[in-house]
Amino acid sequence: MATGMRTKRVAKERQKIDKFGLPPGIELVEGNDLKEWLFDIRVLDNNPLYNDNVYRLKFVFSDSYPIEPPEVTFVDKPARPVPMHPHIYSNGIICLDLLGNQGWSPVQSAESICMSIQSMLTSNSKNERPPGDEEFVRVNRQRPRDIEFLYHDNTV
Amino acid sequence: MDSEEEYMSPISTDDDEIMQDDSGDELSGPDDFDEDDFDEPDPDFGLSAKDMDKKKTAAHAVSFKVLEPSDIRRQQDDMMNDVNLILDLTKEDAAIMLRYFRWNKERLLEDYMDRPEKVLEAAGLNSSSSSQPKLQAVPGFVCDICCEDEEGLQTFAMKCGHRYCVNCYRQYLTQKIQDEGESARIQCPSDGCGRILDSRSLDLLVTPELTDRYNELLNRTYVEDKDTFKWCPAPDCPNAIECGVKKKDLDKIVPTVECLCGNRFCFGCANPDHQPAPCDLVKRWLKKCADDSETANWISAHTKECPKCSSTIEKNGGCNHMTCRKCKYEFCWMCMGLWSEHGTSWYNCNRYEEKSGAEARDAQTRSRTSLERYLHYYNRYANHEQSAKLDKDIAQKTEKKMVQLQTTSGMSWIEVQYLNSASQALQTCRQTLKWTYAFAFYLAKTNLTEIFEDNQKDLEMAVENLSEMFEKPINELSDPKLKVDIMDKTSYCNKRRIILLEDTAENLAKAKWTFNADLMNGSTLLLNKH
Repeated sequence: MATGMRTKRVAKERQKIDKFGLPPGIELVEGNDLKEWLFDIRVLDNNPLYNDNVYRLKFVFSDSYPIEPPEVTFVDKPARPVPMHPHIYSNGIICLDLLGNQGWSPVQSAESICMSIQSMLTSNSKNERPPGDEEFVRVNRQRPRDIEFLYHDNTV
Repeated sequence: MDSEEEYMSPISTDDDEIMQDDSGDELSGPDDFDEDDFDEPDPDFGLSAKDMDKKKTAAHAVSFKVLEPSDIRRQQDDMMNDVNLILDLTKEDAAIMLRYFRWNKERLLEDYMDRPEKVLEAAGLNSSSSSQPKLQAVPGFVCDICCEDEEGLQTFAMKCGHRYCVNCYRQYLTQKIQDEGESARIQCPSDGCGRILDSRSLDLLVTPELTDRYNELLNRTYVEDKDTFKWCPAPDCPNAIECGVKKKDLDKIVPTVECLCGNRFCFGCANPDHQPAPCDLVKRWLKKCADDSETANWISAHTKECPKCSSTIEKNGGCNHMTCRKCKYEFCWMCMGLWSEHGTSWYNCNRYEEKSGAEARDAQTRSRTSLERYLHYYNRYANHEQSAKLDKDIAQKTEKKMVQLQTTSGMSWIEVQYLNSASQALQTCRQTLKWTYAFAFYLAKTNLTEIFEDNQKDLEMAVENLSEMFEKPINELSDPKLKVDIMDKTSYCNKRRIILLEDTAENLAKAKWTFNADLMNGSTLLLNKH
């Protein structure tokens, strides 16, 4: 039953995207699979940190999606770097309450997540990684959603 | 043998049944509290000042109360009833409100009287329609979660009106309760809706097993929500401890409490009893030991520093003629003296008294002082930890032998209990001693430290003397003279421990100790040379 829920829901989201399109700056690169999607996003203003770049997001939908949030990370590729941000680790893991069980709501969707991440970039002015990035990237072997982030910063 | 087993088994089954009956009664208790518990006096929430004074006899002791699961349930029910009566809310709503206010009834009543609407909304009880929650099929409904739009789909919504299909709702709640261990603050699945799930809606949606789990978790939040409550950290112990010591006082007092299960722990940080060391010091010490002790021990045992440039050098084989990789200084590993003084073919060092070697060794000593200082305290700390374990083993073995002795020498059970109290005393005293070493490591030398070290020495001697008794052969142990001796030594140990704890606790309360690290701010201060 659980798997049925995921496939049905992801398929519905796909249909909606095909029918109504996506907001500006967000583009579905690969979405034929019902388990894994790729998006390209860019900022719409001229934030000097990001305005020249396009970033790639990878979505992995678990069988419990949308009861559980999808796993969303930035992909590191030559033309698709991981954006500099105090809440984004250099290995692409994003610290965002929306992507944890606490902040997630099953009513959210891939599209709404992309928009949240887009605005997270737009509103940032700090050209830095999270504190302890190097250590975290070196030792972390956990899946993003099993990491206990402390969401303390409401400004970014 | 066979017949014995057959004889035994029915008895144990009976016992089990009796146990189950008991707990069954307890569980059904909350349902009929209206008749039973109503005439009881006010539940003793927070110990009154009078109680505190009465119980507080020593500076190192704090007053506390052990709460068993039935006490915890009763307290919650009493509060829900009170609020239910005063504010004309249903019991479910009263429960939600109380949880929202972290069981601060007074604040709830006050705030509710002032602005009922606002408070209700904040607690997730907005919207006033009082219809019972029910499942229904809505024509033309599409579930926002699974996108199902089948005709006649059963759906559910709380009073907030966010409607989803029953399957999704059920799965959402299962996930929250089973996987995430949530209970008191499960919100409506809709994004940004703060409506909190009430127990009646839950009953409607999920299996009884899940409801049980939910109630168990709720019970836990009650204890976790209140600053004056803490769970006993012993495995499988269902009790909680109530104690009035506040977080900000933890630099002045070490609140050791003891649960009915016998577990002694610190109410401040839930670590095992660590008197006389305050919580913050304990935290630092444990971290330091986890980080450093192995490494430091290894460095101390396997390396030396180059007499010239002080690089740490490990000798991994070969002869004593060392050439420092960094500064190319040549020296002898044994005496640390200049190699040239050894002569060319002299590969065996017997020159320990040479001047250059002595100087190099001095320098080495100085540079290692801080490491050695730490290891001094750490080794004694670790030793008492280890000894406590060994004492326990020996005591257990002795006890077994005493049982044998009971039958041969005709001593009664009660007569061998002195061994038990001796073993108990050893455990407690070693635990205290262990932490005196962590305490001493952070202590800067003042006049008070001398008294402290004397007390520490006295307790240590008392403990070692008592510990030695356990090594006597078993036939000597039953000697009445030795028995009196052990009992005397036991009570002496306990007395010495109290003296030490009183002294440290009093000075801690008056902030008279000088620490060589600023414990509260986490920065290390410079040590005054003594």
